[in-house]
Formats: sequence, C-alpha cells, structure tokens
Amino acid sequence: MAAERLFGSWRERLWPVFVPVALIVVIVVLASFGSGSLQRTVTDGLIKLVIVVGLSMFIGNSGVVSFGHASFMAIGAYVSAWFTMPAALKRMRLPDLPAFIAQAQVSQLEAAVIAAGVAAAAAALIGVPLFRLAGVSASIGTFAVLAAIIAMIGNWDGLTGGKSSLIGVPVYTNLWIALGVAIAAIVVAHAFQRSRYGLRLQGSREDEVAAKAVGIGIYGLRILAFALSAFFVALAGVLHGHYLGILSADAFFLNITVITLAMLVIGGRNSLAGAVVGVIAVTTVTEVFRRIEAGFTIGDVVVAAPVGLTEVALAIFMLGILIFRPAGIMGGNEFTLPAQLGGKRHDRVVGAQG
Amino acid sequence: MTILLQGVLDAVSIGGLFALMALGIGLIFGIMRLINFAHGELITIGGYAMVVLADAPPLATAILTLLFVILLALVMERLAFRPLRQASLPTLLIASFAVSYLLQNVLLLIFGGNTKGVNFLPSLSQPIEFSGLRITYLQTVIIVVTIVLLVAVTLFLKRTRFGIQMRAAAEDFRMAQLVGIGATAVAVTAFATSGFLASVVSLLYITQIGVILPQTGLQPALFGFVATVLGGLGSLLGAAVGGFVIGCLAVVLQIVLPLELRLFRDAFLFAILFAVLLIRPQGFIVVRWARERV
Repeated sequence: MAAERLFGSWRERLWPVFVPVALIVVIVVLASFGSGSLQRTVTDGLIKLVIVVGLSMFIGNSGVVSFGHASFMAIGAYVSAWFTMPAALKRMRLPDLPAFIAQAQVSQLEAAVIAAGVAAAAAALIGVPLFRLAGVSASIGTFAVLAAIIAMIGNWDGLTGGKSSLIGVPVYTNLWIALGVAIAAIVVAHAFQRSRYGLRLQGSREDEVAAKAVGIGIYGLRILAFALSAFFVALAGVLHGHYLGILSADAFFLNITVITLAMLVIGGRNSLAGAVVGVIAVTTVTEVFRRIEAGFTIGDVVVAAPVGLTEVALAIFMLGILIFRPAGIMGGNEFTLPAQLGGKRHDRVVGAQG
Repeated sequence: MTILLQGVLDAVSIGGLFALMALGIGLIFGIMRLINFAHGELITIGGYAMVVLADAPPLATAILTLLFVILLALVMERLAFRPLRQASLPTLLIASFAVSYLLQNVLLLIFGGNTKGVNFLPSLSQPIEFSGLRITYLQTVIIVVTIVLLVAVTLFLKRTRFGIQMRAAAEDFRMAQLVGIGATAVAVTAFATSGFLASVVSLLYITQIGVILPQTGLQPALFGFVATVLGGLGSLLGAAVGGFVIGCLAVVLQIVLPLELRLFRDAFLFAILFAVLLIRPQGFIVVRWARERV
C-alpha cells in the first residue's frame, strides 16, 4: 500500500509510459501510409528518439551532462557491422579484424545485442576514472572520450575503413524495427527512473551533499546509469548503421551530439516525457528548415537557403529554451493521468528547476 | 642531447600556447562557474579575421584581430551568458556548447567548409639554427609572449582594482556583490580578459598551423578544458600548469610514439590524463571554494 500512496494507482503509474508510446505508435502508423520521404524522416526520428531516451537515462537521472554518448553509438554501429557483414567483404575491407569476429556467424539480433553489450562494457570501464571527477569535470571528460574514440575510428583503417567510409553493411532497419526498439527504450527508461537506483540518482541530482549524507553511493550509480544508457544509445547506433548501410566516423561526432542534446534540453532533460516531446519538436523544426535549405518556389522564384542554416536555427532554438524555459517544454514533468480518468492532482517538487 | 634539447624547446613553445588557452578558459570558470566551450571558436574567428585582413599591414591585422575577438567575447557574454547568470552549472555547460556550435555553423555559412590558408608574417616561420638546434622566430615569439602574458595577467589580478574585484568575485560572488562589486562589471572584465587571451592564442596558433577551418578551434579548446580539469578547476595557476603539461605531453608523445601510432596520439594523451585524474581526481591544485559546501 505504501507504493500506492507514493505513486498512485496502477493506472496513474503506467500513464507516463502509455502516453509517449501511444504518441509514437500513432505517428508511425500514420507515416506508414505516407510518402517514402516521410517514412525516412520518421524512421530517422525514431532512431534519434532511442538515443535521446538513452541519454535521458543517464543525464536525466544523474544531472551530469554527457557530451560523449555518440562514441557509444559509434561502437554499437561498428561492432554490429563487424558481426553481420559478409565474410568475403570483411576479409577485403577489414584486414585487422580478429579471426573470431571475421569468421563469426551470428544473427542480426545477436549481433545487435553483442554490439550494445560491448558499448555498455566500454562505458562502465570509462566510467571508473570518469566519475571520480566532480560533475562538470566529468562532463568535460566525456567530451574528451568522444574526441579520442572518433579519432581512433577515423584512423584505424584495418578495423573501420578509416577515412573512406565502411560500405556494405547489411540494411535491415525499417520503421517497425525502429518503433520496437524505441518502445523498449521508453519502457526500460521508465522502469529505471522509478527503480530504487533511479530514485537515488535523482536524489543526488537535486542535492549531491544531502544524497551522500543519507548514504547514497553516487559513484557506482553513475557508472551503472552510464552503462545502461550506453547500451541503448549503442542500439540506436546499430539501427543507424543497418539503416544507411554505410558508416563513417564523422557521422558520430558533433552534429549528432548537438542535435540529440538539443532534443533532450528542449523537451526538458529531467523527464522521460521531455525526451519524447523534444524529439518530436526538434524533428519537426529541422525538417521544415531542411525543406527551406533544399529550396522551394514562390510563384516563379526559387528560394534556397544556404547549407548550415538548420544547424544555426537549432542552436538558437536550444539557447532560447535554456534562457527562457531552462527546464524545457515539459518543465521536468511526466504526462500525468487527467482527473477525469481518476488521476489525482499532486504537485511535483523534484526536478522543477533547470 | 641535441634531440632532447630540441624536444624541450618544442614542448615549451606548444606548452606555452596551451597554458594561455587554459588560462582564458580557467578565468571564466573561476568567476562565472562557466566552462566556455565557445572559447575555441574565439580562436577560430581570430583566424578568419586574419584571412579577411590578409592584405592589410601586419600590425593593423594583429590589432584589428585582437579587437574583434575581444568584442565578440563581450557580445557572447551579453547575449548568451548574462541572461543565464542564475542558471545551474549543467545549463551553463549546455548553453556554451550551443554557442560554440552556433558560431561554427555561422562560420560555415559565411566562409564555407573548405580549408583556407593563413599566411600571416611568413618571415616568422624562418628557422634560426644554433649549435644544431632549430627554432623558428615564431616559437621564440610564442615563448616570450607566454611568459610576458602570464606575468601581466598575474599582476593584473593581484594589483589592479578590476583584478582584485574579479578575484573577490571568484572567491564568493554573493559576498563580493554585498560589498559593492558590480556583478556585470566583473563579468565584462572577465570576458574581455579571456577574449584578449584567446585573440593572442589565435594570432600565434593560427600563424603556426597556417590553415583554418570552421572546426579548427575545437581541438586546442578541448586540450584547454582538460587542462583546467587537470590543473584543478577554479585555480588559475593550476590551469596554466595543466595547459603547459598537456602541451609538453603532446610533444613527447609525438616523439616517442612509433610512426603508425602517431595518428592515435590524442587517444594516448587522454588515456594518460585519465590515469592521472584517477589518482588525483581533484587536479593539481585545489582551491578552497571548489570543495562542496553544505
């Protein structure tokens, strides 16, 4: 009964998962009747959603900003490519690959799980020195990790194809697979957020000293959350690689870092609902700007904006939100059950401030 | 022996540049609690200013570049960071990351993504040789400028009214305000000083590498951030020492790493720095206020 008092009825408890899932299912079903380009946009949006929900597992709960998660995306994408590409192609393009990977025969699903597992293990390992540092220092550390890993991927030709992209990655990602992974990410993120580990981390986010004083082991929890979020971000990398069929180190550097971070910040980084809303808002806005960049006609005049405008607009959007609504569109709140359906009004104290 | 001395010379000049870089970053963090990711873009923009001013007399180019970068630092403070003065640390961090990305893409819009050559005072790159050692005029300039600026910044912070106010604000911002130090004045001074340091680094660093891209400032800035962490966040001396150590380490790795591993130099560098931070997570020098207070 204690849980009932804290979190309300089961309907109230499941609502924060139900609404985002229903929202993306509706979008995907609508898109499946739409044009090819709309389906591509939505698939791409779903992959980003997996990244952002993955990011929120760490950033949202711990309050520590990570600029390094794109490296886990890269690890996921490359490891899955190693296990799924045809053996002959691997011999030719990736001579440095260890024999057991070069000869591996695993299914695509197994490869995805291995890839995400490798990324999670890497994250846990990196977390050991990283989270000895205080919050801001750790954030800088994550950025250094990203720069180092991307430099390695970009230069280790025999493992990654190096500067020339790795081509011939089997393509299997589609709208429905992306939807499935996105739903799984949302469910796990919610479960983690409400678990004792998630709650303790949120405690440390709100007041580190107080959390320590009541005996919360912040160091271990941060490593745990970092590895868990790396697992899902890596899955997004797997989806990404098997969607495009081509991998290059640059795809996992600044642009993806900024756009996913912008999604999280714009939606509101302290709640799961914020992550979902942020992805939808930013995808819509950037799509509009991409169309403007591609050029459109007013009467007989063709208008085309210079390339780079989308990125500038995104950065300004992000700054505007940080200045005028630092807690994001959702303000740190989850979707709550409306009173008509039996929901209670209760004020949330935690996570209200930026 | 000669190789060793040559290495020391190279290390000192690169280390000096990174020390100035880290000092500019550390100054802003010490006072504003802001890690300014856009510090790297100040360097880049200085480089582009040199491209635009390529035909002007060198002295005019240098002065105008200095002024433009300082102005830009002040604009940044006014538009992005002043409205965020009450914001939390993570919010500030993400905001400066956004500013950095914004500036990179504005540069991309204006100048395009192709490499541009910077040919500022080519005579500076002439090597001087004595007893088997090679040093360029530019390296000499870098070493001298670094020493002069480190002394000047120290004197500025210890002896002048603005410097003392800045140090007071770094120690306890609210207390400084209570005794009548204007928060805005302190912020403006800090950004102007940081912008000045960035512009000097820009002139020296971009002249040395000779080319410029919208992302050029990213790597030295990253070294600068790591340097401030290594030196102990909030300590100016620590930042300068941290920058110097990282610059020297980069040169040493460049010499000792076998050719095929040199491409991975940065990965080795960060791995070493992480190992150091594992042993001493608080950095070289711990300032009093950096410890958490209850």
